Amino acid sequence: MKLTGAQALIRSLEACDVEVMFGLPGGAILPAYDPIRESSVRHILVRHEQGAGHAAEGYAWATGKVGVCMATSGPGATNLVTALCDAYMDSVPLVAITGQVPSWAIGSDAFQECDTTGITMPVTKHNELVLDVDRIPGAVAEAFHIAASGRPGPVLVDVPKDILQATTEWAWPATTDLPGYRPVARPNAKRVREAAAVLRAARRPVLYVGGGVTKAGAETALRELAEAAGAPVTTTLMARGAFPDSHPLALGMPGMHGNYAAVAALQEADLLVALGARFDDRVTGNLATFAPEAKIVHADIDPAEIGKNRTADVPIVGDVRVVIEELVTAFRAAVAEEGPGDTAGWQRATAQWKQRFPFRYDQQDGGPLKPQHVVERVSALTGGEAVVVAGVGQHQMYAAQHFRFDRPRSWINSGGLGTMGFAVPAAMGAKVGRPDELVVAIDGDGCFQMTAQELATCTTERIPIKVLILNNGHLGMVRQWQELFYDERYSEVHLGFEVPDYVKLAEAYGALGLRCDRAEEVDATLEKALATDDQSVVVDFRVDSHEGVFPMVPAGRPNDEIILGPEFSPEEQAAATRREVRA
Amino acid sequence: MSTHTISVLVEDRPGVLARISGLFSRRGFNIDSLAVGPTEDPGRSRMTIVVDCAERSLEQVTKQLNKLVHVLKIVELEPDRAVERELVLVKVKADPAVRYQIVELAEMFRAKIVDVASEALTIEATGSPAKVQAMLELLDPYGIRELARTGRVALSRGGKGITDKPLRVARPA
Repeated sequence: MKLTGAQALIRSLEACDVEVMFGLPGGAILPAYDPIRESSVRHILVRHEQGAGHAAEGYAWATGKVGVCMATSGPGATNLVTALCDAYMDSVPLVAITGQVPSWAIGSDAFQECDTTGITMPVTKHNELVLDVDRIPGAVAEAFHIAASGRPGPVLVDVPKDILQATTEWAWPATTDLPGYRPVARPNAKRVREAAAVLRAARRPVLYVGGGVTKAGAETALRELAEAAGAPVTTTLMARGAFPDSHPLALGMPGMHGNYAAVAALQEADLLVALGARFDDRVTGNLATFAPEAKIVHADIDPAEIGKNRTADVPIVGDVRVVIEELVTAFRAAVAEEGPGDTAGWQRATAQWKQRFPFRYDQQDGGPLKPQHVVERVSALTGGEAVVVAGVGQHQMYAAQHFRFDRPRSWINSGGLGTMGFAVPAAMGAKVGRPDELVVAIDGDGCFQMTAQELATCTTERIPIKVLILNNGHLGMVRQWQELFYDERYSEVHLGFEVPDYVKLAEAYGALGLRCDRAEEVDATLEKALATDDQSVVVDFRVDSHEGVFPMVPAGRPNDEIILGPEFSPEEQAAATRREVRA
Repeated sequence: MSTHTISVLVEDRPGVLARISGLFSRRGFNIDSLAVGPTEDPGRSRMTIVVDCAERSLEQVTKQLNKLVHVLKIVELEPDRAVERELVLVKVKADPAVRYQIVELAEMFRAKIVDVASEALTIEATGSPAKVQAMLELLDPYGIRELARTGRVALSRGGKGITDKPLRVARPA
């Protein structure tokens, strides 16, 4: 059957079981938009290509499937770059299709020409400029395979306009031939036995769980391992929800703004079992003083992560679900042979830290509304039955800290790249992927303004999301750093509460706009927002601009220097610094 | 820090050189030299890259290179178990008074005079990095006008080729 390159492209997407894609047409990609009219693939027309990229990411986070976005050449492609980089940093499976100027015009500085594969090379797992129409199905098939397998990531396929217009005999490749791409899934059995032995022998083990656990679908196995070993679990910003916050062994989030119990446990541990985690600087603080007494078991599907930041005593390359499952078996065998381990004292100590040094804030009656209070009420009123999406900054940390995550894939955010403006389009993508679930973007006022235009997409495409703006009138996290590290010399962080008028803006986009600035009205406002199903809702929560995110480990400092914050007394801070455990 | 020679077998695809050199620069590694050319197998190229870094960094750069889809195999070539060569063309100032000394010097290094002009000679020399370096040092006092080097190429000693070796130098742990 003869097809145009454009038809072959869309047909290839269908062959990869794509149900939805996010995009915006333009000159070079125009041919591909014609067969979309007849395709089973739903195309969602965004208002900005960055929105298409983040929406595809949100879809991928929410479903575990490959997110797809499409844009034209030049500015269309460059507008995707932030989302591609975001997906690269957070290992989000993404396929981006971009139009390119006709192949004979490449290199001539033609209208809307840019070197898309060159620009995206450092921010994609792989990319390809397709220069032969017969190659289209193969390029697409490989792109999906590479994006979804091994350590997931974004793959870009750039197709010149004349290639889209050329004719090809349709043939779908039965297999992909990638001799240089062979991710290792099955771990080395000897290493797994070694890991089981050190875990059994450890008195102060911590399971340090990263985003890889959710990507591998290893939550059930993880719980089994934690309970078998009696090992406390800390879930990084990328892994919130991978282990239930309500579980007695849950320590919460580690790192710069993590739970004291998690940070302290990592510092005191005699063994870290890192599972799909990468010893990021936001977790380790000063690397040289991180977890000084701990042996390291490091399991990851990406061999390059092992030993990159911290040397592993037991390195394990493999799919982390398979690793954990085999580790459970090996652990039980080790216990049968050597007798059970003993972590009872350690569990008591970490439980005490949790109880003594929780996240604390002070919502006074009649006082300014605290952002943490809003998040806590969202968590309570939804019973945790929501997909929470955040951008980057204070609101993101409040959401990660105060929402109780008990389910996998209930948390979506921009972790590695820290992309302001991620939340609204990512929430839109998540809602498309899980239409029957409540999707709540907890956003900042600075972030919201970067991509708010996708509310128009939400309205026209009937994708109702909730956007809760924790509006403190500032670039809050930057303000917090200026307060703490620049002697309160605030520079270019004031946005103001009034401009734009978020309620009117919401209405202009066809969404319901609400406003709330008092703690006692939070529940009523949220109930109204949650009860609205037929349109998106934007709530302007006017919160205290003086509130800071705590605890905090200043950037580059040892985790031992964790600051509990103004809600704790000097005595409590001293006890925390000593990592005191009450007898 | 020390110098390491790595041999990288790649698919001969557009942009593969940019992918590899870009990876080095964005991960903060310095390339001392990079030589690339076709292999016995059409569709595949071999790059010989000399990199100056610590052992641990070498492991990291090798692992990162391995992640590139078009990279097929990587091995580190240990100096005592590999043949390493470089070709250099050097244009030396050669007044009649010193010309014969320079020719003699070139002969000592089994180098060839490949171009003669009234005031300069161009010498072609091939050899191990140490030999080439020694010759250049001896030529330096005469006045080196210009210099072009190929960068190092290398193969392991013995009967085996890169494809007979374990697939990845970064062994799966």
